[in-house]
Amino acid sequence: MAPDPYVETQGSAEFAGLRKTLRGFIFPMTAAFFIWYALYVVMSAYARDFMSIKLFGHINVALVFGLLQFVTTFLIAWLYERFSTRKIDPTAERIRERIENGPTPARVEEAVTK
Amino acid sequence: MSTRTLTIILFLVFVAATLAITVWASRQTRNATDYYAGGRSFSGFQNGMAIGGDYMSAASFLGIAGIIALNGYDGFLYSIGFLVAWLVALLLVAELLRNAGRYTMADVLAFRMRQVPVRTAAAVSTVTVSIFYLLAQMVGAGALVALLLGIKPGATFLGMDATAAKIATIVMIGALMIIYVVVGGMKGTTYVQIVKAFMLMVGAALMTVLVLAAYKFNLSDLLGDAATKSGKGDAFLNPGSVYGKEVAGNALQTFYNKVDLLSLGIALVLGTAGLPHILIRFYTVPTAKTARRSVLWAIGIIGTFYLFTLALGFGAAAMVGGQAIRTQNPGGNTAAPQLADALGRRFFGGEFGGSAFLAVIAAVAFATILAVVAGLTLASSSSIAHDFYANVVKKGTATERQEVVTARVAALVIGGISILLGIVARNLNVAFLVALAFAIAASGNLPAILYSLFWKRFTTQGATWAIYAGIGSAVLLVFFSPVVSGSATAMFPASDWHWFPLSNPGIISIPVGFIAGWLGTILSREKADEKKYAEMEVRAMTGAGAH
Repeated sequence: MAPDPYVETQGSAEFAGLRKTLRGFIFPMTAAFFIWYALYVVMSAYARDFMSIKLFGHINVALVFGLLQFVTTFLIAWLYERFSTRKIDPTAERIRERIENGPTPARVEEAVTK
Repeated sequence: MSTRTLTIILFLVFVAATLAITVWASRQTRNATDYYAGGRSFSGFQNGMAIGGDYMSAASFLGIAGIIALNGYDGFLYSIGFLVAWLVALLLVAELLRNAGRYTMADVLAFRMRQVPVRTAAAVSTVTVSIFYLLAQMVGAGALVALLLGIKPGATFLGMDATAAKIATIVMIGALMIIYVVVGGMKGTTYVQIVKAFMLMVGAALMTVLVLAAYKFNLSDLLGDAATKSGKGDAFLNPGSVYGKEVAGNALQTFYNKVDLLSLGIALVLGTAGLPHILIRFYTVPTAKTARRSVLWAIGIIGTFYLFTLALGFGAAAMVGGQAIRTQNPGGNTAAPQLADALGRRFFGGEFGGSAFLAVIAAVAFATILAVVAGLTLASSSSIAHDFYANVVKKGTATERQEVVTARVAALVIGGISILLGIVARNLNVAFLVALAFAIAASGNLPAILYSLFWKRFTTQGATWAIYAGIGSAVLLVFFSPVVSGSATAMFPASDWHWFPLSNPGIISIPVGFIAGWLGTILSREKADEKKYAEMEVRAMTGAGAH
């Protein structure tokens, strides 16, 4: 029986590297924005005096904190676009082409790893 | 020309235009991929707009503006949660789902599982989430029409009193959404979303500029005036007037209120990536890279819109006033159109200007509602046809034609059910109803999706436990919450069977969903299918073999 190209690919060093790179970005980034957002919600509930401090005119900490959530969301989206275009797309594309048209994956994997 | 005539004319123009698009789209719809996924032919920008169109619902436009107008700062929490939530979709879900799936959310959940149990569970949860969400939109439509047609208690329009007119509107909106979905499929619905997103962005931007212009572009003055007019002073600008309220002398109630706020916050941020009608949008583009692009566009469009909600809400508080808004609609759902009236009077020449601008914004709001309900109906009917009919009932032997016919019939039935429910629940706050839909999506769908994509050992039993325990606990807790009975604002204010103290179940039901998925997996007798997981993981990350 011919080896399953997906199982072969999954076991390859190149794919493992791709997974590591991807997870190394998306998991810490998810944790970061979630904690940052949770901090905002928790402070809205339990740090009312701090959130009510007026910074200038009628603009208080709560409003600025809320607007900062917008800023960080836009920023993370931009960072992710940059990261995935540079670090993910080329490798993913290479692996895809190999599975769809290339020679038997086993030999290529060997060539790439060596 | 009166407001009502003008609104009706503008709305009819929108309806005529979108129906023309729908008929055109139906001619392009030849196979199942066209019907379910719009032929996967949309660009990143088009799909980003359509995502915005699907997402910026009556809850966002009418509900958030209303909560801010009546309660001040607390309404902003919704805007923030609804936006930040997109990072979950962007980082963890959109691209992997696009590559691994085909037409529905269940395509990913059932990829390496036994089809029948997982697809059944996914169809159940898709329909549950969509119905809650649909309900919210229908309620928004009903509230709007009373304002639009100027129907006060006792007055009539075309021989209908306020209640009859509300019901007529809900029926009409329902009928139109059924036509869009049944005739136009995903392609028609997507174009309706795009047109609507464009109208909504232009309308909201114009209102925002006018509100700021009225205060010489000084945000601080706008806030100050809103606070003064609200009669609550600075408290209006601080968190805590509705969510996490501190009740003097009642430490327990204060504790519950604060936990409720946390619960709402979690549900908002985790719900988006579990909403079936949003997830199926990722299938309308050709590649994972375009799916990523479309989410980036969506974040830009949606983020900008939620910044506008600040101006709309505080603008309505300052220029219309809480009293006038409450008189029209106790839930605050008419704050944005009333603000349009005030702005029109001030900037576009008196009475007529007010009526004209109100008519424009009201037509935008109707378009908003119509587009969202169409998206929801499409998602649930797709799931019934593709997941339940084709893969559970027919065990994969149905032809494409049979599947699409079933999807169209299902759309008709779902439409009918939501019309009936909309009539029953006419007077609830719209943003709040949507928050419940988010809690259910976050509890049932999100755990199953994340485990499917990232956890090798995840099994069929894990998937079904996660979905049923998540949505089951969410729905049950809502049923026994003060939202349904035992409070003045409850669905059944006269009865009291509530024992769960929170309005939003998320803080309990989301962990329940995740724990159930984990438990179901480790207690499974069957092992995860490693070969299938390899195929799914490689496909999800590289696009090899993707549909």
